[in-house]
Amino acid sequence: MTSLALPGGEPAAPRSAARRRMSPWQFWGMMLIAPYVVVFLVFVLYPVLYGLWIARHPESYVKLFDDPVFAGSVVNTLVFLGVAINVKMGLALFLSGFFANTRPWIRWLSVLFILPWAVPSIPTILSFRFMLNPEWGIINSLIFQLTGADGPNWLNERWVALSMAMVVHTWKSLPFWTLILLAGRLAIPGELYEAASVDGASTWQKFKFVTWPSVSGLYLTSLILSTIWSLGDFNSIYLLTGGGPADLTHVLATLGIRYLRLDQVDLSMATIVCALPLVLPLVYFMMKRLSK
Amino acid sequence: MKLRDVTREAKLLLVGIPVALWTLIPIYHMLLFALSTKDEAFSGRLWPAHPTLSNFALVFEQKNYWLNHFWLQLWNSLLIAVAVGAITLFVATGAAFAISRLKVKGGRLVMNLALFTYFIPAAFLAVPMYKAMGTYGLLNSQWALILAMITLASPYAIWVLKQASDKLPVELDEAARIDGASPLQLFRLVYVPLMTPSLVAVGTYALLLAWNEYLYAFLLLSRDTDITLAVALGHFLSADDSPWELLMTTGFIYALPPAAIYYAFKRYMVTGLTAGAVKS
Repeated sequence: MTSLALPGGEPAAPRSAARRRMSPWQFWGMMLIAPYVVVFLVFVLYPVLYGLWIARHPESYVKLFDDPVFAGSVVNTLVFLGVAINVKMGLALFLSGFFANTRPWIRWLSVLFILPWAVPSIPTILSFRFMLNPEWGIINSLIFQLTGADGPNWLNERWVALSMAMVVHTWKSLPFWTLILLAGRLAIPGELYEAASVDGASTWQKFKFVTWPSVSGLYLTSLILSTIWSLGDFNSIYLLTGGGPADLTHVLATLGIRYLRLDQVDLSMATIVCALPLVLPLVYFMMKRLSK
Repeated sequence: MKLRDVTREAKLLLVGIPVALWTLIPIYHMLLFALSTKDEAFSGRLWPAHPTLSNFALVFEQKNYWLNHFWLQLWNSLLIAVAVGAITLFVATGAAFAISRLKVKGGRLVMNLALFTYFIPAAFLAVPMYKAMGTYGLLNSQWALILAMITLASPYAIWVLKQASDKLPVELDEAARIDGASPLQLFRLVYVPLMTPSLVAVGTYALLLAWNEYLYAFLLLSRDTDITLAVALGHFLSADDSPWELLMTTGFIYALPPAAIYYAFKRYMVTGLTAGAVKS
């Protein structure tokens, strides 16, 4: 940093002086860290400051709060986070216990299980989208063949469509969190379980007194991290419902982009600023945890 | 004893079978469409009565309005992913080496700023990034997407590399200093060879992140000849009578390389990338 802050008047003399005072280790440290510092200043700091500058007018917020789509999106976002994250993390905790069993077929299954996370989300979300098509989709065809009745119009009703977006979101990210929690479980010494078995502990008691105390910290970290990332999940909503029907299934992430596409950048940035009270405390919590 | 083993195995299967179905159905559905003609795909059958590779032929010969630039878009995806992987690796390795081994002044601050960037949801950074790219005159240039993806990939890359690099013994650096090695020699002859597994993991991570990206690609690029395959797949949706069987075929082709890379580097990916996250 000091080398960047030198006055520009007489470049040669002060720089060589600085170089003489600075060890080659510090000098090369600055040279090697400089590319990232430049990336940060140019593509994070400037955009964020520019964005906040765009979002400075109080009228933008008045306009935003008057838009019924905004209120709906806030509710959708909270429902999405409250339901999808807890269901997903609960499932991941349960499945990490399942995958901790050592059987050849379970090892094979775990290789398959990682697929949703390993493949890009666009084609698989579009695959879900067509499966849910009311006329041609495979799900309603099956319902018709089995019951003779027409299936629901999956993506055309607010809460059904939003639930389907949560299913897609869970499908995509469940493997990752299961792996993380599995790694946490495998780090627990086996003797603890053996001792518990000797004492005649039931499966539930083993979970409650051995597993949970060891993984609860990891579980909490994962829950917070998953909340932050899910707030930014644009694909699951946009590619499945496009925010429809009638803009009823938008979340804050897709709403911000919708305003941008409508050339209402002030509303777009205002939407993001409105999400900050939720994001920043979580980010602060994560930074505290990781920089320990 | 025997009966208990059987019930235990049955309970495991009771979980395992739904897990297998849940995982495979959307992927199987994609493959089913890729192997079916349009009429069959839309008939709601569970398997193709007359499996055919004609969809693949149509895609490879670009014989559809939506596929006019298939090969070029595949090339764009590849070029951008490789550029992001290589440049991120360069930026992140330098930064991690400077912070962890050279203990550069302000290294801690830079690490915290990088982590902060990592935790900001990418969809929220997209709008300011789009505006900034406009200011820089980079909109509709593939450099905009490459630079944006480097910005998104570097923080986690630096963090993973710093974690791995902190584990290398300090004695190595001291020995190198006593032998009169310069920082660059230490970097080239000691650091990079020892860090190879983490470097592979991080490079692959950045490459896949860029290959898979939809939102930024869709905002920053618009010409049909510039866009990546991800954006081209999204474009299919703008038509009412989209050729879904071709869309699923293209999607299948697009999903193959990341899946293959993931399984090829699984050893590196799992140990390299989850090691950081597990530490809580």
